Amino acid sequence: MRTLGLFALVAALIIATGVLQSWNSALIILNMGLVSAIMALGVNLQWGLAGLFNVGVMGFVALGGLAVVLTSVAPVPEAWAAGGWRVLAALALGLVAIVLSVVAWKRLPRGRRGLAVALIAVGGFFLYRAVLDPGVDAVEAVNPAATGFLGGLGLPVLLAWPVGGLLAAGVAWVIGKTALGLRSDYLAIATLGIAEIIIAVMKNEDWLARGVKNVIGLPRPVPYEVDLQASSSFVETAGSLGLDATTASTLYVKLGYSVLFTVVLVVLLVLAQLALNSPWGRMMRAIRDNEEAAEAMGKDVTARHLQIFILGSALCGIAGAMMTTLDGQLTPSSYQPLRYTFLVWVMVIVGGSGNNLGAVLGGFLIWFLWVQVEPIGQWVMGIVTSGMADGSAIKAHLLDSVQHMRLLTMGVILLLVLRFAPRGLLPER
Amino acid sequence: MRPAARSGTERGADPMDALNALVALANFVLIPAMAYGSQLALGALGVTLIYGILRFSNFAHGDTMAIGTMITILVTWGLQALGVSLSPLPTALLAIPFGIAGTALLVLGTDRLIYRFYREQKAKPVILVIVSMGVMFIYNGLTRFVIGPNDQDFDDGTRFLISARDFKAMTGLDEGLALKSTQAITVVTAVIVVALLFWFLNRTRTGKSMRAYSDNEDLALLSGINPERVVTVTWIIVSALAVVAGTLYGLDKSFKPFTYFQLLLPIFASAIVGGLGSPLGAIAGGFIIAFSEVGITYAWKKVATYLLPEALEPSGLVQLMSTDYKFAVSFVILIIVLLFRPTGLFKGKSV
Repeated sequence: MRTLGLFALVAALIIATGVLQSWNSALIILNMGLVSAIMALGVNLQWGLAGLFNVGVMGFVALGGLAVVLTSVAPVPEAWAAGGWRVLAALALGLVAIVLSVVAWKRLPRGRRGLAVALIAVGGFFLYRAVLDPGVDAVEAVNPAATGFLGGLGLPVLLAWPVGGLLAAGVAWVIGKTALGLRSDYLAIATLGIAEIIIAVMKNEDWLARGVKNVIGLPRPVPYEVDLQASSSFVETAGSLGLDATTASTLYVKLGYSVLFTVVLVVLLVLAQLALNSPWGRMMRAIRDNEEAAEAMGKDVTARHLQIFILGSALCGIAGAMMTTLDGQLTPSSYQPLRYTFLVWVMVIVGGSGNNLGAVLGGFLIWFLWVQVEPIGQWVMGIVTSGMADGSAIKAHLLDSVQHMRLLTMGVILLLVLRFAPRGLLPER
Repeated sequence: MRPAARSGTERGADPMDALNALVALANFVLIPAMAYGSQLALGALGVTLIYGILRFSNFAHGDTMAIGTMITILVTWGLQALGVSLSPLPTALLAIPFGIAGTALLVLGTDRLIYRFYREQKAKPVILVIVSMGVMFIYNGLTRFVIGPNDQDFDDGTRFLISARDFKAMTGLDEGLALKSTQAITVVTAVIVVALLFWFLNRTRTGKSMRAYSDNEDLALLSGINPERVVTVTWIIVSALAVVAGTLYGLDKSFKPFTYFQLLLPIFASAIVGGLGSPLGAIAGGFIIAFSEVGITYAWKKVATYLLPEALEPSGLVQLMSTDYKFAVSFVILIIVLLFRPTGLFKGKSV
């Protein structure tokens, strides 16, 4: 009952946006709400179900975005010819060096192995750089204004969504292997760090996805507005609904995304619910509530943690790929930890950790607030400052600072929920 | 480009080459890393003290530094408007006590309103970490609300103690050694602050009770130590450390709220590498992280050109990693320490 009521409230809020502001903004909120809900679902798997503290959501979301470029953009044959294979060879070499170091560490007898591993790692690094650097220079020299990168595989963009999940899962495996099994704070710091590194790589490795030069004009799974406006049958249908062609085409495109995203969210939500109520889900919660007892019952805690860490990160990767597809461009500098990591955490905590529906609700609700706090803040600040003289510096500063109300509001909401409803709006059953 | 003055001399055999290399190394690596390390060490001391006494990783520490620095900057501007100046030192040094007072009030208020509730509930440490995330949002929002998200330069002291040109004229070397006054101030202030802190922790009654509380809470309570008093004193010390670290960093580089948030990673890395809860470890960790960051992202070509014979002269920049990957450096060191010595170099505590 409570679930239904709260979801109805969110629906009402979005519909109110449509009526009061515009249907386009309502659909923008809805689409990003759907994406946010998937991210929240991923974090909820990790935190709500397993008690894993992942503050690297931004990194996995960004990897999803990278997957869109790597999958759907057409390859750049000149760049491949110039140095693409060399770059690939260097990456393979780096991988071999890492694997060799790990094997050496495990196989060699104590005493000498430290030196051996250090030699392999350092030697491998210099060899890797020696092979990589000329390749990178060659690739980045190919028409740097338009391409200067290797491009992708030229596959359909929808395929990028699962690929984004896989990419995130792969990185999660590496992090999980190293940081899981240590204390919870350490996992937090490790994930915080890896997220920054992923963003740094995406900003600086121009051969990969053009770095801060951004990749724009990514392929879309839905038709383009211009094509719709040029189609006479579409204009006719729009006219019969009483809409002008421009508005109708933008709405049509956004609705297309909404439908696609809803399908993904529903599928993932059903899967998450099935997992939660399965024996596996019960085992996860048992581990969360008492690790020692679960371990005594023969459960492999570290392996299960690794498993769910990978699953949750994969969801964030899928959501990241969907978001980049929606934006139609990859802009590495737009990834901010406060927006992509900590806001998702607010969604999960407010919605109700441990409850998948709660996470989805939190995703919608917090995203709605994140978007709407600014106009509301502007309105409030307008009233507050209405008594002040026009042109006064304080008034101007206050009106100017409204955009920073968002972070403040989110912090207050998070603290209020933690204090007065620590189990969230929809508590775990 | 090889300096013109060196043409004609035999390469590699010139004793001045070694000196030049040393000066270049000091100028580009040792001095900056020393200053940066002092700033990190002060930041890490704050994190490690909170961890030792309050037993959680404070994610709001970077933003506490930002908000404290902001108060200092505002007071600096006020002092400048009144015509007060500490020339040749930056006016901000005069404003630091005000910044500490303001930050301590804010942080103590936060503790009363927010953290104390969870302390009384004996909430799990990870809950407190999430709570500190909320505090981080609020501090971050407040900072941006008051001073805005942009760069603020508030250093009005003399820029250089020794400028590169003076140094060249003085010594006749080809390489200049520049010592920014902010770098000297940073190191001197850090030494004074750390000395004061260790004197306080080791010699005073309150300091000793803090260490006792950190080592064994139950025993400390049994022996009549008032926990709320310990917590209050801790927060005040932490605010002082955060404001000093933040102001020094802002003087040395510049003040930008987002940069302070990002400092969280190297600061935590320093604290963990040294061993969470160990003040000595935090200082060691700060310098380890700073020297590796600067050393790995520095282009060694200049130093190598002086030291190596001409035939071996490097063609590239000899830069192990571009400066954009400085976070990766602290991260890799962190991972290595976590894998091989999870309690850190100086045996921190684990929860």
